[in-house]
Amino acid sequence: MTDSLALRPPARPAGGPGAPGLPRLLPASGAVPVDLRSHLARHGPPRYPGGPGRLLAEVAAAGLTGRGGGAFPVARKLAAAAEARPPPLVIGNGAEGEPASSKDKSLLWISPHLVLDGLQLAAAAAGSAAAVLYVQRNQRLHGQLAEAIAERAAAGIDAARVELAPAPDRFLAGEESALVSRLTGKPALPAYRPVRGLPRLAPGRTALVQNVETLAHLALIARYGAAWFRLAGTETEPGSMIATLHLADGRMSVAEVPLGTGLADLLGLDPVHHSGAADPGGGIVASASGPVQAVLVGGYHGAWLPAAEAARLPLANAALRPLGAAVGAGVVAALPAGRCGLAETARVARYLALESAGQCGPCFNGLPRIAAALDHLAGPRPDRRARADLERWAGLVTERGACHHPDGSVRFIRSALRVFAAEAGLHERGRCTGTGARPFLPLPAGRPATDADWS
Amino acid sequence: MGVQLRVDPVACTGHGACAELLPELIARDEWGYPIVAGQPVPRGLRREARRAVSSCPALALALTRVA
Repeated sequence: MTDSLALRPPARPAGGPGAPGLPRLLPASGAVPVDLRSHLARHGPPRYPGGPGRLLAEVAAAGLTGRGGGAFPVARKLAAAAEARPPPLVIGNGAEGEPASSKDKSLLWISPHLVLDGLQLAAAAAGSAAAVLYVQRNQRLHGQLAEAIAERAAAGIDAARVELAPAPDRFLAGEESALVSRLTGKPALPAYRPVRGLPRLAPGRTALVQNVETLAHLALIARYGAAWFRLAGTETEPGSMIATLHLADGRMSVAEVPLGTGLADLLGLDPVHHSGAADPGGGIVASASGPVQAVLVGGYHGAWLPAAEAARLPLANAALRPLGAAVGAGVVAALPAGRCGLAETARVARYLALESAGQCGPCFNGLPRIAAALDHLAGPRPDRRARADLERWAGLVTERGACHHPDGSVRFIRSALRVFAAEAGLHERGRCTGTGARPFLPLPAGRPATDADWS
Repeated sequence: MGVQLRVDPVACTGHGACAELLPELIARDEWGYPIVAGQPVPRGLRREARRAVSSCPALALALTRVA
């Protein structure tokens, strides 16, 4: 075997990994799911001739960050894992509890072997002989992944044994400490973890948790190198990510895009054509899929932005964080004109309140009250006290939970009160932009989840 | 090196014993859960702080070192 970062000639030049073009993770064409044969024909075996130490250096040079939402530097986690004794259990996180996100499911469905390659590489870097793939409970997807794992075992290409574990269909199922709890046989509830570092499965047994998309990027960086990875993205936020886009006409799509891509490009927004101060959204922006009033970035722990502002921003934390928003797991939604942003947010806020694990007093007590106050504000002629109550409760839940659920939920809700301030003014006069409109933001169908649904 | 009070929010069940023993540093929110002052515990309150910690029926309050 040659010890080099030499690029293999891609089997499919258009959009192949040898070219800076995308997609890298999702094949541009051909049969899906990509089976082991065509995967190996395109990328070669998941070996890294330089060994785990060199992989670590390559990942650090690539600047890969976690694609599950936290954007934590992967090299730092891998370095901690490489030092841990005994070696940590390596876990691919495909729980994807966010109802508006479909990118992990799509990746696992279309390119399972890239994820499984990455899982092996992470296990090798950690010196671990075992790995777990934690994926949302879905029979078809689990069946297909079990086949892919068996296919690899038969081909004898994997060093670490891989187990599939089902994640409950809950918003917080993929939260790192909830995942760890689930994999130790307990319900998938978040835990209080005051000490930083790798989470612990048991005394003396740590875990390395990486999002499944992160693992797929790792698999390509190992083969094609840091310089290739950096052909996409920005200097500070290199590479691509898979985004879930909700367009103004209600269509959803999953697309791999370079970090730093304009939100306008993602949503087909036309920043030149927007209309007047008279409309309640403070500026409606035309888009290829209809007029847009606001854009949600980062999902239900993310933030709303006015459409005219979003149209000038890139999908990059450097630009979004100063505005209280973040890339998160890459959910971007264009709220069409003619919908009530307060009512949309109130529906989701109620869901978020019910998705509280109910373990921390402030979150358990505060989120339902905040959601109820927002629901009241989304109705006609709300009581003026509702707004003050909401603000007080928002302050009381922030930074008082074991996990980020209260903070993320409050960020999302507060952004709605800022961005839909004009709409709130209409409601005070007994009017609403979106009366009778069908709900826009996706939520799980059926009854709300219960205490029994955490495992 | 100082010490700071920290609440384990999962373990805390809002009994409120800590706030009664150490009102200087611990208030209660409208649902009864403690709001702990972020600053290091002043030297003169360390004895009370230790008492608040040992009085928590849920073992949810701890004193931790801060640099």
